[in-house]
Amino acid sequence: MKEPIVQFNDVHKSFGDVKVLKGIDLDINPAEKVAVIGPSGSGKTTIIRMLMTLEEPTSGDIIVDGKNLWKMEKNGKPLRANEKHLRSIRGDIGMVFQHFNLFPHMTILDNCMVAPIHVKKEDKLEVKERAVQMLDRVGLGDKLENYPSQLSGGQKQRVAMARALVMRPKIMLFDEVTSALDPELVGEVLEVIRDIAKNDDMAMVLVTHEMDFALDIADKVLFLDEGVIAEQGTASQVIEHSANERLQTFLHRFRKV
Amino acid sequence: MNYWSWETFADALPFVLQGLGITVGLTITTYLFALIFGFVWTFLRRVPNKPFNWIVTWAMEFIRSTPPLVQLFFIYFAWPMIPVVGVSLSPFQSAVLGLGVHFSTYIGEIYRSGIESVEKGQWEASKALNFSPVDKWRKIILPQALPPTIPMLGNYFIIMFKEVPLASTIGVQGILLMANTYGARHWAYLEPLTIVGIVFLLLSYPSAILIKKLEIKMNTRFDKKTVMDTRVNA
Ligand SMILES: Nc1ncnc2c1ncn2[C@@H]1O[C@H](COP(=O)(O)OP(=O)(O)O)[C@@H](O)[C@H]1O
Ligand SMILES: [Mg+2]
Repeated sequence: MKEPIVQFNDVHKSFGDVKVLKGIDLDINPAEKVAVIGPSGSGKTTIIRMLMTLEEPTSGDIIVDGKNLWKMEKNGKPLRANEKHLRSIRGDIGMVFQHFNLFPHMTILDNCMVAPIHVKKEDKLEVKERAVQMLDRVGLGDKLENYPSQLSGGQKQRVAMARALVMRPKIMLFDEVTSALDPELVGEVLEVIRDIAKNDDMAMVLVTHEMDFALDIADKVLFLDEGVIAEQGTASQVIEHSANERLQTFLHRFRKV
Repeated sequence: MNYWSWETFADALPFVLQGLGITVGLTITTYLFALIFGFVWTFLRRVPNKPFNWIVTWAMEFIRSTPPLVQLFFIYFAWPMIPVVGVSLSPFQSAVLGLGVHFSTYIGEIYRSGIESVEKGQWEASKALNFSPVDKWRKIILPQALPPTIPMLGNYFIIMFKEVPLASTIGVQGILLMANTYGARHWAYLEPLTIVGIVFLLLSYPSAILIKKLEIKMNTRFDKKTVMDTRVNA
């Protein structure tokens, strides 16, 4: 049996008095592709932001590759994770944001090179080769010297994916990466994700409203509702054969037919 | 009566201009000091500790609401008289410290506004890519935060240039003190002080134009940012 690469154990998250997540238990295996669906405000983004260390859980444990993400030990005493501890684990995780968050003051190529060089201290030439390769793969090999402001939303999002991939994470997080795009640009971005999902062996967590897409690439689908995982299973179990009424209502709004 | 004499003007000119090096030198030194010290304020204010933060904010407020002239007098005349911590500085050093610290509080605010103009998403992307705190500032935040502040920083250079004559009150021999000395010696103030005015005009007007140009350039340099993420997480 493979050890899960990510485990959520009874994870809760509140913002002030508002309980957003009320006990999340979740295993993600290496190379597993997990789609997270659910109504707006159900806490999908919060789940992956906690895994990316952008948000701290109120209680519970998140285990990444056997290490407790938000807790550490010092002289046998349990402590809240400090930045050093978080940094030691965070390198395994990459994220693609809804609004791309490319660095506007750098070329596309530099966007993809800056972290491997300065964070992972890798060789410049090697990184460049890998970055060019990755940008080629997402179809932007001819834009290396362009700045983000010169690209369309779909192109920016593909750069953002290349930037995350060059870091070779073990887990990639995608937060509704097509929802800020014009409809005609969604396809090209999904195509790239599909390519990654089929050919790369990292674990992926995708928050998405593209049900057909989830059905196509996900090994597991979670339906998040009112702060809990209300339904989980294979894509076909959850999206096509679930009896959960709220899930039915939700899907009804998103399935085109 | 003859109020104005070109002869006096010509006589006073070289004398007054002897102070030009000091005036310009003091401006530049003080400015550099304020630019660097401004960073100190900015980062002190970011220390995540409430009481400490409160003290820093209060100290900045105090420095800003006290006249720079009073601060100069305090540093030059009063500070050396305090036992143990008292230090006696030259007029030039006192001016750099007094005016530098005073203006650094404004400069620090300019840096702060620049840093706050960097989108939340940039901080989050830096975190997601696992940047160290130092690299995050060096590679991502400051290169975006500082360029837009350059015109404002330039304005402060001119503002400070015009405040530097305050230093004449503690004996820094810039052009104002030279003009005053000339005036007292020859009982002729009109010409030397006119020279002082002209010198300031000649130096600050072109600087102002330069800064306007820079501002236009900066405004067209960055494309207006796209969507802001509303979440707060620094
Ligand atoms: N930083 C925050 N501060 C306060 N409330 C937040 C914050 N982030 C998210 N929330 C709230 O938590 C709930 C879940 O948000 P989110 O995880 O973004 O949901 P989803 O991605 O499923 O739409 C929402 O009600 C949202 O308003
Ligand atoms: Mg969301």
